[in-house]
Amino acid sequence: MTRVHDMGGRFGDGPVAPEAEDAPVFAEDWHARALAVTLACGALGQWNIDTSRHAREKLSPKDYARFSYYEKWIAALADLLVEKGVLTRADLEGKGAAGLHKLAERALKAENVAGVLAKGGPADREGGPLPRFSPGQAVRARIPADNALVDGGHTRLPAYAAGAQGYILRLHGTHVFPDSSAHGLGEAPEPLYAVRFHASALWAHPEHPEDEVVLDLWQSYLEPL
Amino acid sequence: MPGSSCDVQSEAAAPMFCGWTQALGAGQSFFMPHDHHDDHPHALLPPDPALRVKALETILTEKGLIDPAALEEIIDTYQNRIGPQNGARVVARAWSDPDFKAALLADADPVLAELGLYGRQGEHMVVVENTAQQHNMVVCTLCSCYPWPLLGIPPGWYKSDAYRARAVREPRKVLAEFGVTLPESCAVRVWDSTAEVRYLVLPARPEGSESLGEEELAALVTRDSMIGTGLAKVPGEALA
Repeated sequence: MTRVHDMGGRFGDGPVAPEAEDAPVFAEDWHARALAVTLACGALGQWNIDTSRHAREKLSPKDYARFSYYEKWIAALADLLVEKGVLTRADLEGKGAAGLHKLAERALKAENVAGVLAKGGPADREGGPLPRFSPGQAVRARIPADNALVDGGHTRLPAYAAGAQGYILRLHGTHVFPDSSAHGLGEAPEPLYAVRFHASALWAHPEHPEDEVVLDLWQSYLEPL
Repeated sequence: MPGSSCDVQSEAAAPMFCGWTQALGAGQSFFMPHDHHDDHPHALLPPDPALRVKALETILTEKGLIDPAALEEIIDTYQNRIGPQNGARVVARAWSDPDFKAALLADADPVLAELGLYGRQGEHMVVVENTAQQHNMVVCTLCSCYPWPLLGIPPGWYKSDAYRARAVREPRKVLAEFGVTLPESCAVRVWDSTAEVRYLVLPARPEGSESLGEEELAALVTRDSMIGTGLAKVPGEALA
């Protein structure tokens, strides 16, 4: 079973509400603060991007559905800080120990922000298994769309594509495997492909016979046909 | 009794950390988590989102884990410096310079790095070109992946459940909600950003823009046209 975040193809969400091109980047001040606090905490180096995505996904389905975007971020950040032992539950209650934290020396400084953002966090790696598939080749996405390593764990195979037949469009290189990386099981890099699926392979009532959806899928999500 | 431990401890010889309870004025309502039945630690923070962020920020600042000046720097970066104007420059250049466009479509990363447009959430870029036969549109159904160095922080609708749920299944209905109707002869290819690869749509150059220079062309390139939920503006529209 997938989690509530895996919503591609879901019915019932109503219309999309476009915004003006010049709408504020942050609709509320606290949105900006939530983003900044989350990025600054990421720089402490206690988790990776896959861990933090998983932290948002494992909010209770009820919270995930009712929280706004940055509420999810801040709730997941609080959970992650406790899970990784950076903060205690007492800290969150305002009853924690005083004084500087042992990780304080790793705190992101203003003068290093530009450098850290510009450096990014590339996900491509040397080595790993050789590519098994070539452009044009027919493949099938694994079913079910579950993490094969950890029950209920993080995966980037959306449920809507599970079991569907598609075609390799391109090889992106060898990338960190989120299903492993999110759980501290190592980067386990694998070849990553853009795979195109006919809309008719995914949906009972596609809008147009020529429409397609492309997903980026790791090699172990795919089997040859 | 809510708050009592904080009051007592503040009298102690080695004062305990009182964190957000003091910073926020220790109002009674802060002490009653809305979802106390929930064992997720976040439920220990105040339920109001703005207060929740403030509380966590206060705790982290007092422990030296975050630097308020760094927060300001991050916010200023994404509020004022990194945004769709970056992507628009790239698109305008691609419209003006066939060699640049060919290199960008073949392997975007070195081209963008040379322009100083490499960075967080844009480490692995792929640029996809709209043509008369194919319209490209980008979504992240699983979260909110988006090419930050080129487009900045995604707009609210990009992160909305409605867009995430529907863009892959009924892109044409979604496009109609943005005022875009494609001819039957044009196929839609939706890119679901499921990995660390980020996609930028190269919109079609609008008619009537033949005589324009790069700067004027960049003014025709909208954020939505680079996500694929819009088209580039035609010159008269840009002046309006």
